[in-house]
Amino acid sequence: MKKLINDVENVVKEQLEGMALAHPELKVNYEPYYVVRQDAPVKGKVAIVSGGGSGHEPMHGGFVGKGMLDGACPGEVFTSPTPDQMYECAKAVDSGEGVLFMVKNYTGDVMNFEAAAELVASEGVKVQNILIDDDVAVKDSLYTAGRRGVGTTVLAEKIVGAAAEAGYDLEKCSDLCRKVNQYGRSFGVALTSCIVPAAGKPTFDLGEDEVEMGIGIHGEPGIERMPLKSVDEMTQYAAEQIIDDPAYRRTVREWNGSEWEDKELTDEPFAKGDNVIAFVNSMGGTPVSELYAVYRKLDEVCKAKGINIVRNLVGPYITSLEMQGFSITLLKVDDEMLKFWDAPAQTPGYVR
Amino acid sequence: MSMNKAQLIAWLGKLNEVYADKKEYLTELDAAIGDADHGINMNRGFGKVAEKLPTVEEKDIGTILKTVGMTLMSSVGGASGPLYGTFWMKGGMLMGGKEELNSEDFAKVIEAGVEGILQRGRPNLGDKTMYDLWAPVLEVIKEKAGNGDDVLAIVDAALPVGEKALADTIPLQAKKGRASYLGERSIGHQDPGATSSFYMLETLKEVLS
Repeated sequence: MKKLINDVENVVKEQLEGMALAHPELKVNYEPYYVVRQDAPVKGKVAIVSGGGSGHEPMHGGFVGKGMLDGACPGEVFTSPTPDQMYECAKAVDSGEGVLFMVKNYTGDVMNFEAAAELVASEGVKVQNILIDDDVAVKDSLYTAGRRGVGTTVLAEKIVGAAAEAGYDLEKCSDLCRKVNQYGRSFGVALTSCIVPAAGKPTFDLGEDEVEMGIGIHGEPGIERMPLKSVDEMTQYAAEQIIDDPAYRRTVREWNGSEWEDKELTDEPFAKGDNVIAFVNSMGGTPVSELYAVYRKLDEVCKAKGINIVRNLVGPYITSLEMQGFSITLLKVDDEMLKFWDAPAQTPGYVR
Repeated sequence: MSMNKAQLIAWLGKLNEVYADKKEYLTELDAAIGDADHGINMNRGFGKVAEKLPTVEEKDIGTILKTVGMTLMSSVGGASGPLYGTFWMKGGMLMGGKEELNSEDFAKVIEAGVEGILQRGRPNLGDKTMYDLWAPVLEVIKEKAGNGDDVLAIVDAALPVGEKALADTIPLQAKKGRASYLGERSIGHQDPGATSSFYMLETLKEVLS
């Protein structure tokens, strides 16, 4: 393993120390780990808190700042953060208007955030957990833990972050976040495995002429292995998985103020004439120039299907360490979402 | 024979060594169907537990178990953090003031722990999770405790059942956790969470023998 690491045990800590030095506008807490805006808690504003394993740069720490997140809880590499981190972080950013936890749908993240929400609520803080589950590679939730939370997370953090900044209350932020999640869909492709520092070797072996289709963001293998294809073929495949994905129904658990409640949600498929934000993401090891080759083909596929790309985002925003590969996210947008997408944001990883 | 506090402390301390020893093996099991961190996480969690033990070894068993639960919850992360954290904490909540565990207490601790796993993770039998180990093991433990067997005899009877349950996770297709995303590709691999749970039983037997 070749990585810029002193000691595997201290990877996350040393990276956070560097981040704090490079970004004095952020405040980093070490016991437990969390990152917050220097000006938190912001009076009269709902606090948006996200979190997840480290290794998905620049989220979530890189999206802390005016217009996006109030706080982020980084776990160990690819491991969800723990309830005490989320609890302390929520207490540090809550101004009295409540806290929205944005949770990617992975078993560990969900359970830790649920435990945290219970703790935070027990102290009288208004709290809500909204799940992001947008990965169309996972076909159903009856036989799996449900769709993984991937690229839509970035777009939701931007849009809901701006709404909170504009004065939306907790309920309206939660509704908007749920809507963004229901309108967003993603699919990922890996050309190589990544190396989890503590494991020291690639998570999976992939032949020179093979790709993994339908990957998540934790170096886990995808749903299918295929012979390597051209960028056009891979892009077309990924885009069609998203655009042709049928309605998706599942049950999510949300906090109603005193207990967990099951909620039935259905996402409708894309339709001709939809306006979308198109997000082409690098898994970490793929250069941006190659992402533009993906975007070129994505634009063509969308046009052919009558989908209008009205905004775009191209770059490494939700990576899987140094894995080569890309993911595509399409988010159907309305005027409300577009307004908040276009609003200013000032964070280390995203500026607008 | 009951289980005394020294044995409980010895068990927890020994688990630190076991997970250090099995770190790579558990991580390999997890790499096959998950995200390659289970061994690392268990090793980190029980390392922290071992650091905490000297501060609670004079306390009652309830406090010791709750401390283990809190420590795992706040240091492991992933799915196993809240699951194991809840497992130990629920048992601890019932054992306040206790200085030793008779067979009935022991069965209660495991039963409350398994209920905690059910509440937090909502697994079903056959989902290929640690619950597939704990469900049959709990049955034996309750049965043997009901017969008035001592703790060592209970664990002795639970081990082969656990061993079989562990092997039985191999042909299952995962329906919970990250392994569930692999669909049929998760078949043919032993579940890492069930494996780390099995080590708890195996280590307890060593300590009591």
